[in-house]
Amino acid sequence: MAETRYTKDHEWVRLEDDGTLTIGITDHAQDALGDIVFVELPAVDRDVVEGETVATVESTKAANDVFAPLGGRIAEINENVVDDPGLINRDPTGEGWFWRMEPADEDAFETLLDDEAYEAYLETL
Amino acid sequence: MTTPRTTPLYDLHRRLGARMVDFAGWSLPVQFPTGTLAEHAQARTQAALFDVSHMAQVSLHGDQAAALERLVPADIKNLPQGRQRYTCFLNETGGIIDDLMVARTPGRLLLVLNAARTETDLACLATGGLDHEHHTDRALLALQGPKSASIMARLAPQAAALPFLGVTTCPIAGIPDCWVSRSGYTGEDGFEISVPAANAEALAEKLLAEPEAAPAGLAARDTLRLEAGLCLYGNDIDMLTSPIEAGLAWTIPKRRREALDFPGAITIHDHLVHGPTRLRVGIRPQGRTPARAGTDIAAPDDTQAGTITSGTVSPTLGAPIAMGYVRRDLATEGAPLVLLVRGQRLPALQAPLPFVPHRFAAR
Repeated sequence: MAETRYTKDHEWVRLEDDGTLTIGITDHAQDALGDIVFVELPAVDRDVVEGETVATVESTKAANDVFAPLGGRIAEINENVVDDPGLINRDPTGEGWFWRMEPADEDAFETLLDDEAYEAYLETL
Repeated sequence: MTTPRTTPLYDLHRRLGARMVDFAGWSLPVQFPTGTLAEHAQARTQAALFDVSHMAQVSLHGDQAAALERLVPADIKNLPQGRQRYTCFLNETGGIIDDLMVARTPGRLLLVLNAARTETDLACLATGGLDHEHHTDRALLALQGPKSASIMARLAPQAAALPFLGVTTCPIAGIPDCWVSRSGYTGEDGFEISVPAANAEALAEKLLAEPEAAPAGLAARDTLRLEAGLCLYGNDIDMLTSPIEAGLAWTIPKRRREALDFPGAITIHDHLVHGPTRLRVGIRPQGRTPARAGTDIAAPDDTQAGTITSGTVSPTLGAPIAMGYVRRDLATEGAPLVLLVRGQRLPALQAPLPFVPHRFAAR
């Protein structure tokens, strides 16, 4: 079973069997944003550093940046959420994923929040 | 940071599962569990109930029309009994201090002011020597949508008979002392209802019990008013914007244009005769990317053209829409512009306002 970790920016990061990472926003994030009406995703093959803005997600209210949780190269993007941004509201941790990336540092994944730490972080908000 | 004020409907909002936000010093529902898009559709197809109790309700008792005309460029003296009109408080340079509604009801003029501008507006009234009463003991509800009239026909036939911008006082569903106007800020037919605070929740529950009605929040109110091409104070109009630049020349009748007897009249006259340097226009970004307030606008020749003041994705059109100010020489319906969003140059066309046709009641 692939392990999923989290960031304090409310992104989830799933470590796939092939070592790539799948990234999306958490249920908490989609709920806080409200109805999502626009998504802009990064170009495939773009090299990104940790914390860099790589995507934009917009509700009817406002635009929000989505950051690279770790450094690496963008391997694939989910065109389905571009065509149907509501997918992110309906299935944020499944069909509503944003992009896949190859991490620059394979061990960096371990630095992200695990399930328990993210839940604890949500409690503090 | 002071604690935001609550409206008389606060407990009801919480019971309905609203997400509350601080808006202009008030705790108000930004959305209900159905979500913004559903609430928007509710107002376009059925009837949506908004809590707009943050807006100030102010009475000018007696005959103070002449005094009010010293602050606004509208025709207040000839405002008929039982009628309401849109106008602006102007400053000495013709900038908009606030936009407001003025209604004439027996024995007084009734003003509805923006929450964030209330303090400034009341100071204006005081400075202008106007005797005013701020009704802090009343709530304001807006029932908006094509089914509003059928709801009102069952609960308050007298209100249902009002023409567009008509006002009256009547009971609604047995709740007394409701001040009702056939108005709103969504582009749809609808009613704004002032009710004593103590009865506000009971009235809201009666209205929401009607099959066509559902609650809606600030986020839907914003997408609705933008589709309707209506200005949001602080975004699309402010102290540095004249009503002529804002496309609100229609609010200034001939008598006032000739008399020039209101604040900033020289600037307004200049803008009317020679044209202002910039104009508010509707903008349709050609791709899917919305351009938000603050986005820079360039002309096709790459010179600076202006700034977006409101922008979103239109739930009705399923495409981005915006309003902004552009240089007058560029302001032409259908003419191209370039929007500078996150380092990208996005093509856009100027579009007629409103983006979604108004469907008001007959006058």
